[in-house]
Amino acid sequence: MKRKMRSVRTWGPGLLLVSPSILLIGFFVYGLIGWSANISLTNQNSRFERAPGTAADAHIGLSNYTTLFGSPDFIQSLKHLGILAAVYIIGALFFGMLWALLLEKGVRAEGLFRTVYLFPMAVSMFASGVVWSWLLNSDTGAGASGLNQLFEMAGLGFLKNQWWVSSPTWGIAAIAMPAIWQLSGYIMALFLAGFRGIPGDLREAARIDGASEFQLYRHVLFPQLSPIALSALIILGHMSLKMFDIIMAISGEKNVYSSVPMVTMWTLTGQQDFARAAAVAIILLVLVAFLVVPYLFHTSRQERNS
Amino acid sequence: MTTETIPAPSKLHRKVKTTPRSQVARTVKYLLLIFFLLVVLIPAYVLVVTSFKSFTEALSPNRWALPTSLSIEGWTAAWTELSPALLRTLLIAAPAAVISSMLGAMNGFVLSRWRFPGANLVFTLMLFGMFIPYQAVMVPLLEFLPMTGLSRGVPQLLAVHVVYGIPICTLIFRNYYQTTVPIELIEAGRVDGAGLLRTFTSLILPLSLPGFVVTMIWQFTSVWNDYLFAVFLSSKDNGPVILGLANLAGSQIVPYPEVFAGALIVTAPTLLVYILLGRWFVGGLMAGAVKS
Repeated sequence: MKRKMRSVRTWGPGLLLVSPSILLIGFFVYGLIGWSANISLTNQNSRFERAPGTAADAHIGLSNYTTLFGSPDFIQSLKHLGILAAVYIIGALFFGMLWALLLEKGVRAEGLFRTVYLFPMAVSMFASGVVWSWLLNSDTGAGASGLNQLFEMAGLGFLKNQWWVSSPTWGIAAIAMPAIWQLSGYIMALFLAGFRGIPGDLREAARIDGASEFQLYRHVLFPQLSPIALSALIILGHMSLKMFDIIMAISGEKNVYSSVPMVTMWTLTGQQDFARAAAVAIILLVLVAFLVVPYLFHTSRQERNS
Repeated sequence: MTTETIPAPSKLHRKVKTTPRSQVARTVKYLLLIFFLLVVLIPAYVLVVTSFKSFTEALSPNRWALPTSLSIEGWTAAWTELSPALLRTLLIAAPAAVISSMLGAMNGFVLSRWRFPGANLVFTLMLFGMFIPYQAVMVPLLEFLPMTGLSRGVPQLLAVHVVYGIPICTLIFRNYYQTTVPIELIEAGRVDGAGLLRTFTSLILPLSLPGFVVTMIWQFTSVWNDYLFAVFLSSKDNGPVILGLANLAGSQIVPYPEVFAGALIVTAPTLLVYILLGRWFVGGLMAGAVKS
């Protein structure tokens, strides 16, 4: 800072103006996370599971966590989340990038394509799950409906499958489809803005140097997009927990094929097993923090340097 | 960030030599674009077509066929079920959009143009609130919110949406002021003796309309589409319309015309916002990702 240090008189009112938000975020984000963590270490389980003669708020260490990680169902639900997130992130990045590539040089009726590709983003995840539960109907026989019937009509009967009930471990990958449908357009918009932000003379220069189209993308354009790709990855990663909405719409809770920790947390809350619900929530938070905290540090450092 | 979020392609690479090979490439490109267009529209087709079938026709073997006659029994049934909740949803989403945006504008202004020591840290810590899985605060919320005297349903939901909307609105306004309000303008005002509040109300707010459009659209659509807070903090009879839809979709034998008409009713307001105010909608989407 080149200017002389400003006095409290100058910046004080600014801090005052922001202070309501600081207090609200301080309490509702950090305070409540701490509160959650605290509950997760207590005995506030459902009445039936509590050891006789122990108080509900007695601290019992990490026992809720060890119970969870000792349960095959919970491990399975973590696996499900991993598969679901991987398929959905790769799928959305793939289609988003593909559409951006198809559009980036400018095509006729670009506005129409863009508007249609992006519209699912305006639909709520739950409503999208409602229509996809119809599309992903698992019936493959004569009474097939949904996508299976569409495949049959298009002469692609071999594509028929049981979707998310096809396998207790891998079937969940099918539930990534609605999420890919919803978010690919968003990723397209990000990449498209990225492509358009690259100065035109950079392309010209590469062409004059005799670069082929492929080389142009590989060595000139894609490297320029890496910050956007990183942001896209972070956004998709943290939104994978929103899959709760879709799963509740498609299969409802307590379904072994589609168990994920977010649904488990809802079920536990319904059973008044607050300590274990909080433990699941903290596990989810830690998973997300692994992704987001380095990213936030990275961007804030970048900003300071610029 | 500007409101013109996706600029047009630069003229430089428009001139394409028309060789036979590039002709083929062009055709393939358009075929692919149209193919994906149709694929993306499949769920919309299913929703609209099925919603206009009669309950009996929806069960006939060919589920993809157009209705033989237009029936609105699904729509009337869904409307009867959902209409009371629509008003409640509006009572949550509209004030939440306005209040979070106001707070976001104040924060964004201070954190970009009237900074205090530690402003960057405060901003980063606030931003983290945007990325947390809300499950991580849900159990204590269930305990804390009743202590505030707010009742379940609209009041509690309004409160949480205002609070958890602050980070994104702050981010959008901070980026917005950084690109549109020159620091010299503030300095000039200071020389003239304008304090914080006067600078904000008479200098900054008049320039803020595009920022407000973006944050209000963002907040409105995300509150309208929220399911997580809704399902934890309210129920079908005092909560937003999404729970009404969940109730329709959760019945034993799903009456698809009714459920799909319901899904369209729930989606209509946000879809309308997207169609009418598309570029600002995209502006909100980009805010979190594209640094300006």
